[in-house]
Amino acid sequence: MKTAHPLQKIGITGRGLVVVLPYLWLLLFFVVPFVIVLKISFSDIDLAIPPYKPLIEWVGKNSLAIKVDFNNYAFLFTDSLYISALLNSIKVAFISTLFCLAIGYPMAYGIARAQPSTRNVLLLLVILPFWTSLLLRVYAWIGLLKANGVINNVLLSLGLIHEPLTMLYTPFAMYVGIVYSYLPFMILPLYANLEKMDWQLLEAAEDLGCRPWQAFYKITLPLSRNGMLAGSMLVFIPAVGEFVIPALLGGPNALMIGRVLWDEFFSNRAWPVASAVAILLLIILVPFMMWYQSVQARESAGAR
Amino acid sequence: MATPAPTTVLSSGGAVKAAPWRDPAARPYIEVERVTKSFGEFKAVDDVSLKIYKGEIFCLLGASGCGKTTLLRMLGGFEIPTSGRILIDGEDMTGVPPYERPVNMMFQSYALFPHMTVEQNVAFGLKQDRVSKAEITERVATMLDLVKLGSFAKRKPNQLSGGQKQRVALARALVKRPKLLLLDEPLGALDKKLREHTQFELISIQDKLGVTFVVVTHDQEEAMTLASRIGVMNQGEIVQAGTPSEIYEFPSSKFVADFVGSVNIFEGKLIEDEPEYVRIASPELGGIIYVSHGISAAPEAVVWAAVRPEKIFMSTAPPEGTDNVVRGAVQDIAYLGDLSIYLVKLPTGKVVRITQPNTSRHAEAITWDQQVYLTWDPQSPVVVTR
Repeated sequence: MKTAHPLQKIGITGRGLVVVLPYLWLLLFFVVPFVIVLKISFSDIDLAIPPYKPLIEWVGKNSLAIKVDFNNYAFLFTDSLYISALLNSIKVAFISTLFCLAIGYPMAYGIARAQPSTRNVLLLLVILPFWTSLLLRVYAWIGLLKANGVINNVLLSLGLIHEPLTMLYTPFAMYVGIVYSYLPFMILPLYANLEKMDWQLLEAAEDLGCRPWQAFYKITLPLSRNGMLAGSMLVFIPAVGEFVIPALLGGPNALMIGRVLWDEFFSNRAWPVASAVAILLLIILVPFMMWYQSVQARESAGAR
Repeated sequence: MATPAPTTVLSSGGAVKAAPWRDPAARPYIEVERVTKSFGEFKAVDDVSLKIYKGEIFCLLGASGCGKTTLLRMLGGFEIPTSGRILIDGEDMTGVPPYERPVNMMFQSYALFPHMTVEQNVAFGLKQDRVSKAEITERVATMLDLVKLGSFAKRKPNQLSGGQKQRVALARALVKRPKLLLLDEPLGALDKKLREHTQFELISIQDKLGVTFVVVTHDQEEAMTLASRIGVMNQGEIVQAGTPSEIYEFPSSKFVADFVGSVNIFEGKLIEDEPEYVRIASPELGGIIYVSHGISAAPEAVVWAAVRPEKIFMSTAPPEGTDNVVRGAVQDIAYLGDLSIYLVKLPTGKVVRITQPNTSRHAEAITWDQQVYLTWDPQSPVVVTR
């Protein structure tokens, strides 16, 4: 028998260390911040630094008072601002997801059916925008969409319009920004799914009497369902909390929950309310995340 | 080179019992007329003409890349011929897309729809044709019973074994009652035992339904078992078409003789060319080959005599006569149970392959390095000129 390493004797093994690392990471950068936010969301607002009262306090010598304040949550439901911002965010994220799906599906399909040599180039083109900061790319859209921007100038010089179109600071600009930024998140999982597709199934469907579009509808579409779900979740979940794009392109009227969070934190210094908003958002998104996880699990199990 | 066609044919496969291809008045069911398919410079199928009759199992046999699959795909409508015509039951089908052809295909990978149950897979084609619900249910059930999968109707393809998948694919292709069923390496993915069993099952199903089959295979044993006729393909051309026994016993070229079964080929020169017999001097053999039928070839032409391993007799005592007799030393023996393969090295260096059935359990054993005499019947050699 091999003699055990001294570390093994006290229960530390290489395998154990490997497993511990990601848990440690999650504990440090997810669980701890989450607990802090959760704690703040149950505190009272205060004019101090930090701007909230502690949850647990020593009162007198031997008594510990825990004061849990549900007012922050109650407040979210009394002021219609929060609910309408939340609903609006969900609406914007949902519509953006639909556009991403409509634009991303043909692109992913095209890449999956391209020659293997061109496939890599096309994939690179999809990923390429990530090499520039998101902020820069959103600013570039301002340059394109503004009244004397590239698009208006081109249309004016072609004589297609006689006065500049108002595009910037409209919902249109916001949707363009979100769909543009999140499109790769739709394309990549869809591509990964379609790439595994056995194209002979389409020939079999045609052989059995399907026209090509019927074969697509009856075979390709159902078989790529998991890819569509995965892509949609990857777009929808972050888009609900999106702050930068609506703030820069959507103008003052774009009421999004991310924007509200920002205002509560930095303008109002209402940390407890902001934390409550964050927790509420998380609670709403958890079912979607779990759905996404189960889709992923099914996908990797290969049972389609 | 006129090899007389055998008068009685023991056709193994096919619902076709007579031999319509011998009847000049018979109307072919599928006609391939001078079909060529080019991919760029490369001719995958080169000027192929074929007549296939109703109820046949026609096997396209060839090595990979010989164009057999391309020809099959043209019959199915997945490829359009560069030139030539394809007629099915008298109708020109050359440019008709697959979904409008009365043809179904069983794919090599089976191509079962993974998101549908066995039942839904089989019903797919009927639904597409807007057959009534009651009829679909009935026809699917009948077909699943025929392929003995009645109890698997609700399973998904990934819950089936290879043999079961193969049967689902067959049922799905047959349920539409096609005029022609195309099978691409139908048994290629099955293990040997199952393959043998399935071959006979395929024949019996085909017999029951009377559908015309065109089968692509690279496995000559499979082709021999299934086919009413075999078309041997090489480099995009059909080099010979005929019944399995014609192909085996009367190959028209060295290629066919060598490709179908194993064979010993001796190169030689015609030294006597009479209507009733020929003699061939073969330096390779180190002797004279006497063939008891005439052949058509130029005098002193270089010809090849092909002798099948099972048609060579081996003995330790010298046989009578001098023609068709050579001496050699046993170089190798492979005991296969039912028969044994002997490799005998001639003084010329040529190695001859002989197979002998092991008819007795206590046969007088011929062993390694033993000197033996080889001889064969004067009818046995097939003489080919190319």
